[in-house]
Order: sequence, then structure tokens, then C-alpha cells
Amino acid sequence: MATTGTTTPTAPRTRSRPDRPGRRPLIVRRQASPRRRRSPLLTAMTSIVLLYSLVPLLWLVINATKSQEGLFHSFGLWFSGDFALWSNIRQTFTYDGGIFGRWLLNTLLYVVVGAGGATVLATLGGYGLAKFAFPGKRLVFVVVLGAVAVPTTALAVPTFLMFARLGLTDTPWAIIIPSLVSPFGLYLMWTFATEAIPRELLESARVDGAGEFRTFFSVALPLLGPGIVTVLLFTVVATWNNYFLPLIMLKNPDWYPLTLGLDRWNAQAHTAGAAAVFNLVITGSLLMILPLIAAFLLLQRYWQSGLAAGSVKG
Amino acid sequence: MAEAQAVATPQVRRSAGRRSWRGWQFVGPFMAVFTLVFLAPIGYSIYLSLFQTKLIGGTSFVGVDNYRTALSDPQFWSSFGRVALFLAVQVPIMLCIALLVALAIDSGRLYGKAFFRVSVFLPYAVPAVVATLMWGFMYGSQFGLIGDINDAFGLSLPDPLSARLLLASIGNIVTWEFAGYNMLIFYSALKVIPTSLYEAAEIDGAGQLRIVWAIKIPALRGALLIATIFSIIGSFQLFTEPAILKHLALNVITTYYTPNYYAYQLSFSGQQQNYSATVAIVMGVITMVIAYLVQVRGARKAV
Repeated sequence: MATTGTTTPTAPRTRSRPDRPGRRPLIVRRQASPRRRRSPLLTAMTSIVLLYSLVPLLWLVINATKSQEGLFHSFGLWFSGDFALWSNIRQTFTYDGGIFGRWLLNTLLYVVVGAGGATVLATLGGYGLAKFAFPGKRLVFVVVLGAVAVPTTALAVPTFLMFARLGLTDTPWAIIIPSLVSPFGLYLMWTFATEAIPRELLESARVDGAGEFRTFFSVALPLLGPGIVTVLLFTVVATWNNYFLPLIMLKNPDWYPLTLGLDRWNAQAHTAGAAAVFNLVITGSLLMILPLIAAFLLLQRYWQSGLAAGSVKG
Repeated sequence: MAEAQAVATPQVRRSAGRRSWRGWQFVGPFMAVFTLVFLAPIGYSIYLSLFQTKLIGGTSFVGVDNYRTALSDPQFWSSFGRVALFLAVQVPIMLCIALLVALAIDSGRLYGKAFFRVSVFLPYAVPAVVATLMWGFMYGSQFGLIGDINDAFGLSLPDPLSARLLLASIGNIVTWEFAGYNMLIFYSALKVIPTSLYEAAEIDGAGQLRIVWAIKIPALRGALLIATIFSIIGSFQLFTEPAILKHLALNVITTYYTPNYYAYQLSFSGQQQNYSATVAIVMGVITMVIAYLVQVRGARKAV
């Protein structure tokens, strides 16, 4: 999208600077400049946002250690007398015939096939857009980038009706197929591939007689690493967190992903004749977010550089 | 989108000598699935929106009747007004927080800069469903924080789940989820500003605030534009948070609380699939028009 936005305002400024008279050379200044002083005041002020971000997560961790009884009789941001985390985890996995484990496996299936497939398609497509000229290319740009603005949820109802005709609703395909397309991922891969792969490298591979796919796998793919990790992380988040699509596509709880399952357990407290299992909803929520948080922390280096490449362009 | 075209043009020209169909080998698979799950549903919903199904008489072609109904439907406009208000209040607050934190981290004056960057971003990794359940519990009077604070201090804080405050409470959840994500977009854009610019400004006697105002904010224009457009799209699509909070605030969240929720209810509770498709299309067109206008305005300013 707004690809020129970031570069246009700065570029002319840099060029106009040297015209100014009476300046010392930059090198001297840089050596003389002291290290930036840390500011306790600024740190304290920014810490307000830090607390805002972390306290709810702290609340989740603390309350996952409480039994259903303890939840009602203790202060929210401190532990109750009994430490029930292990029994909560055990209960989460055994309650209702161990369906939580099934939901976890479903989620993994949707993530591995859906997000994995989306990343493959976006990588191939982004590379094709960045390094080839072909008939209809401009149409692809306009249609795909226009699609970014289409509310995906607006598509859900017609997609449901189409899939119902094809007999795909209430099957894993109903979740996996729509997850395979990530216009944002394609856009990110396109910007990344444009900069990461020098044209000369491809030319020389072709001169050596390598076919297009060989060139892609042996020359281009290794250079696309950080971009692929970024797209993979964002598509994993999107499929892991998907709620609306499964909500309309699935009736059978055996195919639910975790999001829908937790929502169902939570709603159970408000339906007549069923026991409230808030402790399991809270423990299940904690178990659900841990893998993603771990992935983000471990892969920081990759997605931060990938995101930077995307936003420099954008 | 208009700019994407502009960007595409020089590239297409540069290698126009070797135009061939080979590129389709790579782009083809994406476009095939894209056609199935994006273009076909759009086409199908346009088709649906032109028909009406009645108990007596079956399905018949009605032209633009559904659109006429939607445009004069008070429930639709009520839901639209709600997300427009949400957009006007929540998005600026969220982007301001994101911008301030990005500038603070970029200034290099924080203790534990990396810790700040990662921690503020973490909520993005929390699914909207979990975020809403969590905040919903905290809002609740049973074992929520609000209840605890009331008990501990003998206060009676207003109920965040009451009709008056619910939209603000949803705004808080969305802000919590996405402030860190937007912060990271801004921070990435700040990092690529050449440091020589700051040094030059300091020599010219510019203070920190002046540097922020004259160098950093203008350099962020593209990132701000992207973040604004994504936030507009997100606000107009608001669905998960009200759908989950519905269990906690039964009477507050109506079947037409947001346009998306309205379309969902029409289709799955009301069996009015033709009208539901119409509402979805109208909302999609409004979203695209507003996103486009924001983009054109932003791009014009940058020139």
C-alpha cells in the first residue's frame, strides 16, 4: 500500500542538509557526543503502559492456580490459600471425556496445514510477483491489495453457503481452505523478496541452465528466511486465534479449535443444568497462549527484521 | 491500492523485454485458492443480494430492493453508528499510546528497552477470544477485579458491563490487544531513520521535542497511514469481543450491536441469508471507500 510514504519525506531532507553553511564535519561531532542519558522519569511513564500490558497476563497466571471455589473467595491479583494449578491442568485435560486434548489437536491441525500452506502459497506468489514480469500481473496487484480492505468476516457468510453446497461444512476443510490465503502475507513476501534477492543472482543461475523451480529452491529460498518466518508467525497467529470462521462452519464439537471450545465452556455457566467451570476456562486460556508467547519470544530476531522490512516499504 | 499500481508499473516496464507466462507458475497456486475463497464468495454474495426468499412464493429476483431496505434500516444504521463511534474514539487513543511508547523506546533513554518492546507487544499473541474472556472475568462483579476493589475499599465503581460503559470496555480490550502491534510497526519505521539526521538537527540546536516533531513524526507518515487503515478495517469488522461478552451482558448486546454481528444474526438466527449478504456488501463497500479516502488524503499530504 502506501509504499512511498516513509521514504519521500526523509529523502529530500537528507539531500538538502549539506547545502547549509557553517557546520562542523559529522564525524567529529559523533566522536564527541556523549552516550545518551537514561531517563528515570521517561522509564516510569512508559512503565504505565508496560503494567497495562502485563497485569492482565499476570491475572491469568495467578488465577489459573485457583480452584473454582478459590476464584470467588480471594483477591484477583493474589494467590488463594490452596495452590490448585496442577489439579486444574489435570482437570482441563480430563473434563468432558478429555475433549480439551482433542481441541488442541484440531487447532494444531488447522495451524500446521492452514498456516503452513498459507506461508508456502504466499512465498511462491510473493517471489513470482517480485521477480517476474507476466501478463495480468498488474491485475493481480490491484485485486489482491484491494482484497486486503474487504472485511474478511463479510465473506464468511457467502463462503459458508458455498461450502454447505459443496458438503464441506462441519469438516476440517471448512477451516483449512479459507486459511490458505493471506493477502497480507503475500504483500509482505513480495516486498521482502524484492529487496532480499539480487536479480543478478537469478540471472547467473539461469545462465547455468537451472530451471525456474531449481533456481527458486537453491538460490532464492535461502535468502527469504526471515520473511518466511515472519509470514509464518502472522499466519500461525491468525489461524490459532481464528474464531469467526469455525463458529459458523462447525457444529460438531469434535472438530472445534480451542477458541471455540473455551467459549463453549465459558457459556456453559450461563446455561441451565450445567456446572460452571471458570477455573478450567482460565487454565485452558493460559495453556492456549503459552505456545504462541514462547514462539514469539524465541523467534524475536526473525520476525522483528521481517516486520521492519515490511514497514519500511509500507 | 492506487499506489500499489504506481509501484508495480516501473517494475513491469523494467523487465518488459522478458515478459512471459513463467511467473504464473509461482503466482498461480495463490491466485487459484484466492479465487475460491475471496472472489467466488464476493460474486456469490452479490448474486444473493439481488434475490429474496419468502415463505410463500419462494425465491425471486428483486433487483436492488435489498439495498434499499438496508439503507433505510434503522438497526443497520444503529450498528454502523456504534462502530463509527468506536472508530472515532478507540483508534486515536490506541495509536497515540502506540506512538508514545514507540518514541519512548526509540529515544534510547529507557532502562531495559528490549524488555519494554517485547512486553508491550505480548498481548498481540493472545487470541481475541482469550483476551475477551480474561477481561470479561476481570470486569465481572463475581470474582472480577472491579468486585474486589469495590469490596476492599467500600466503593461502588460503575459496572463496566452496563449499557453505558460496554462499548468503552470493548474499546479497552481492543486497545490492549493491538497497541503493542502498532507500536512495533512505528518502532520499525523509526529505526530506519538515518542517525545523521538527528546529529545534524542537534548541531542546528534542535531539542528532543523539536526532533520528534520535525523529523520523526514526518518519517512515520507511511506507517501511521498503514496502521490507521488496518484499524479502520478492524473496527468495522468488530465481532469477536461483543459475541463473547454477550454471555456476560445479555441485555446490552443486541442482535444488531455491530454490523458484522447483525449480518451473522440475520444469517444464522434469522435465516435471512439474502438480506445478510446485502448488509455485508454494504459494510464492505463503506469500509473500502473510507480506507481509500484515508489513503488518498494521507498520500496527498506526503507530497
